[in-house]
Amino acid sequence: MKLTLHVWRQKNAASQGKMERYEVEANEHMSFLEMLDVLNEELIGKGQEPVAFDHDCREGICGSCGFVINGVAHGPMPGTTVCQLHMRHFKAGDELYLEPWRASAFPVVKDLVVDRGAFDRIIASGGYISASTGSAPDANAVPIPKKYADLSMDAAQCIGCGACVAACPNASASLFTSAKISHLGVLPQGEPERRERALRMVATATAEGFGNCTNIGECEAVCPKGIRLEFIARMNRDYIQASWLQRQESSAGGVG
Amino acid sequence: MSTATTALAGKAARDVRFLDSTIGKKVVMAITGVILVGFVIGHLLGNLQVYQGPHALDVYAEKLKSLPPLLWGTRIVLLISVGLHIWSAVTLAGLQKRARPVGYVKLKPVTSTYASRTMYWSGPILALFIVYHLLHFTTGQAHPQFVEGKVHQNLVLGFQNPLVSASYILAMLMLGMHLYHGVWSMFQTVGVNHPKYTPMLKKLAAAVSAFLVIGNISIPISVLAGVIK
Amino acid sequence: MELDAKIPSGPIEKKWDKAKFDYKLVNPANKRKYSVIVVGTGLAGGSAAATLGELGYNVKAFCFQDSPRRAHSIAAQGGINAAKNYQNDGDSVYRLFYDTVKGGDYRAREANVYRLAQLSVNIIDQCVAQGVPFAREYGGLLANRSFGGAQVSRTFYARGQTGQQLLLGCYQQLERQIDAGRVQMYPRTEMLDVIVIDGKARGIVVRDLISGAISSHLADAVILATGGYGNVFYLSTNAKGSNVTASWRAHKKGALFANPCFTQIHPTCIPVSGEYQSKLTLMSESLRNDGRIWVPVKKGDKRPASQIPEAERDYYLERRYPSFGNLVPRDVASRAAKAACDEGRGVGETGLGVYLDFADSIKRLGKKTIEERYGNLFEMYDRITGEDPYSVPMRIFPAIHYTMGGLWVDYNLQSTIPGLFVLGEANFSDHGANRLGASALMQGLADGYFVIPYTLGNYLASAKLDKVEATHQEVKRSEQCTNEQVKRLLGIKGKRTVDSFHRELGKLMWEYCGMARNAKGLKFAGAKIAELEQEFWQNVNVVGDGGELNQSLEKAGRVADFFELGKLMCHDALVREESCGGHFREEYQTPEGEALRRDDEFAYVSAWGYRGAGNQPELNKEPLSFEYVHLAQRSYK
Repeated sequence: MKLTLHVWRQKNAASQGKMERYEVEANEHMSFLEMLDVLNEELIGKGQEPVAFDHDCREGICGSCGFVINGVAHGPMPGTTVCQLHMRHFKAGDELYLEPWRASAFPVVKDLVVDRGAFDRIIASGGYISASTGSAPDANAVPIPKKYADLSMDAAQCIGCGACVAACPNASASLFTSAKISHLGVLPQGEPERRERALRMVATATAEGFGNCTNIGECEAVCPKGIRLEFIARMNRDYIQASWLQRQESSAGGVG
Repeated sequence: MSTATTALAGKAARDVRFLDSTIGKKVVMAITGVILVGFVIGHLLGNLQVYQGPHALDVYAEKLKSLPPLLWGTRIVLLISVGLHIWSAVTLAGLQKRARPVGYVKLKPVTSTYASRTMYWSGPILALFIVYHLLHFTTGQAHPQFVEGKVHQNLVLGFQNPLVSASYILAMLMLGMHLYHGVWSMFQTVGVNHPKYTPMLKKLAAAVSAFLVIGNISIPISVLAGVIK
Repeated sequence: MELDAKIPSGPIEKKWDKAKFDYKLVNPANKRKYSVIVVGTGLAGGSAAATLGELGYNVKAFCFQDSPRRAHSIAAQGGINAAKNYQNDGDSVYRLFYDTVKGGDYRAREANVYRLAQLSVNIIDQCVAQGVPFAREYGGLLANRSFGGAQVSRTFYARGQTGQQLLLGCYQQLERQIDAGRVQMYPRTEMLDVIVIDGKARGIVVRDLISGAISSHLADAVILATGGYGNVFYLSTNAKGSNVTASWRAHKKGALFANPCFTQIHPTCIPVSGEYQSKLTLMSESLRNDGRIWVPVKKGDKRPASQIPEAERDYYLERRYPSFGNLVPRDVASRAAKAACDEGRGVGETGLGVYLDFADSIKRLGKKTIEERYGNLFEMYDRITGEDPYSVPMRIFPAIHYTMGGLWVDYNLQSTIPGLFVLGEANFSDHGANRLGASALMQGLADGYFVIPYTLGNYLASAKLDKVEATHQEVKRSEQCTNEQVKRLLGIKGKRTVDSFHRELGKLMWEYCGMARNAKGLKFAGAKIAELEQEFWQNVNVVGDGGELNQSLEKAGRVADFFELGKLMCHDALVREESCGGHFREEYQTPEGEALRRDDEFAYVSAWGYRGAGNQPELNKEPLSFEYVHLAQRSYK
């Protein structure tokens, strides 16, 4: 099948980019990224620079890949990252627009590649349970009801791809941030740091330049891992509670 | 990236006051939203007395005016609520602009409602409408046949102008849309979301919006149709 | 070279305790005076960097991905083994040790494996404390499942995403240390050389993948945790970026490379669908519990599966291995599938596939039960192939999955270059010639959380480390070599793309150094790879320049190393004249066609030394002795 692609080409973070038009011959068994591989091989053959895009595992779990296809993050199939999106969902003659995630917190590095370091910094600001190696009690010492373990797992499935930010009209990182806050917050192990975690992560997300949540739900709809809006409510709850009860950290405490 | 990433630089940003945070502002919006929705419902219930004959509304208005603390208390609370509601909307809208300076060539919403995507439009339009509404029925500057105290008459004369009625009807449809998203959204913002209750809350939001739209719109329509004289 | 594995004396149960007591310690106040480089942030590297940061060392961590969370450990589906015996079904540290040595077909080092089994218990505790949401029973206790090669239920899992959850656990600890300033993280930075000064590893040369800048980082020790080299086959279940470059450049600087021909082939992957195929997707081994594997009896039978009557189907595993049937180990199942396809009985458009049929199970258990057990896998299969496995049998084919070989390390995980430590899949030590399911995650975390913090301290406390300046000639020389290679690759401006070379190399490797190998084929492949390599250096086309994000250039450097590794693998496979685990030499099989191990001659580790381009590598042997697990031929009849 012959396809027409309009791809965002941008040499580096400092330069201006623009949409470029390409034609490519694909077949229905290819994955979307394999179709781009074919395009890139042709471009290299002509001595042109291939389209840069992030990808690694190509099985939908590492979270490296992702761009916007015809206005939808990760393309038209729900619950599917672009690496697992197959060309049989498109038809000959389709015209496709490929654009990078758009957010000031995700500056474009090149073509469809963006810098998602802001996500790492959000995690660094509190997205963990402080459990230094060697200090753990027996794994079965604290039973965790299955439904909480499952809920935690639901939130923990986030792959950090950034589609939620890309799809949000406010470029908000609320779904991402709330997924980590919920993953850790529903577990008894995560309870001691629950409030501080919410305060710090939410503040960091804003400081990184992400927008606010307007409860629109586009993030949930494009999330390849089915992370739910429910977790944003949980984050808000933790945050409100924490703000209400916040007090100055005691200098006698262990936070050094 | 070439440089080592540490989050140390961001640490100063972590000490954020509640009202400076995005969630804090949203909570302000939600709480003021609750107050405003409550008022709008009360306002409609009061107005529906228009169907009880020409005197009911005037008597009701007289009664409200005889209780200055209640009247002015309500007005002050409403004024503050509207002010805060607008303040949080404006500051958050600024944030939104900064968060996505470059938009998409193509953008296709997947799931969001038209109502939810247009809050930043429906809000300001409603604010303008409220100003007009106050000048029209409360202070009278925008009402050529306005007579102080003759509430029922002002209403009937006002709505007999089809253009005025049309603007009210449009504004109420706008209000319905705003609340269809807003009422459910308030709960989500303050952290109420549960698979068991959220579907009910969404229905509640639809019901509240529908009630307000139908109730409010019925009045100008009834006037135009000659049901209310 | 005399290889000293530095295995502590004493009974096997006491070796690790003894070692830990004998190790020298670095006192807490002195730790901050040492700096350590960790390359790779998967389970092994991530856990090492986080733990060393917690201890107080100055850590610099590097990964080529855009975030440490994306390392390929994340893709592991099945689970992680631990000898917790929570199920009270007779498991123990000793049994896990025994199963692992046996599963590895007696080519692993006993002492290392025993330590791994001991530490498995602590790993689960650690992960739960970090918030890894393992599957649980209704009562709130941890759930277990069984896995291939074991008769007990000792595998802990988190849905089908155990690797992801374990990696996020250690990634979060790593981010915590980054925030605390104990670890400096360098994402999108690729290591291209080790700096060896006075015989010790003292730093690395890296390329910033965004700016293209080449620079050096110096430290008191270097830890490589850069994963396996399965991508030498081009098509594998590895991530596209997985590569051997870090290990290989260390090898060229003097680290021995052990057992490179030990590669694992996973029997249940989705078959290749065409020339453009870029990667293979694994389907969990658990499918073989309820699926029946078959091919048509007749050669070249192109009828759809539903039209092939029962009598014309060959359930070859059930026929050849009546007692284990469809549940024979990975290597056996893979070879049998290849044999069926070689006979011309393969299915699908390419003829490279066999059926994995659930029709009987669906009839017996109902569609609902099958859906509960494998729903997500069926969905994934459907998404990729567009076929519904509830109504049409799945097509599967073996694929390269894991590499047991790697840089040679002693008991302390130190390579033959002092100060260069190698963890996880990048080293060779724990899985012998075949890795059991759910053991890779265990090894990565054991190495990073619990072994390296002790052995590194011992090294730092006992080694004499002079201060090294960035102006040292060895630093400059390494940087210069790296710069030159980049320039050379960009300067060729030939006609073929990097991928086309890689694909061709992969086909040679798969054909001649894959599931079944023979002397003739290995010699042929060795020569052919050398030719291809020569063409590569004359005819590759790397567009763009070096001072920017250039994904072709990154690939070109990696493929260049794969050529050299490929030759070594063929050579290693040629020299190892026996069949064991993942290494099957057609000349050495039992009359029934099973692997024939030759313990009298080959119970050793082949550790290869680099002797310069074009020269034969040097073979060093580390003899393996089995004092606890007795050597026996595996049988699954």
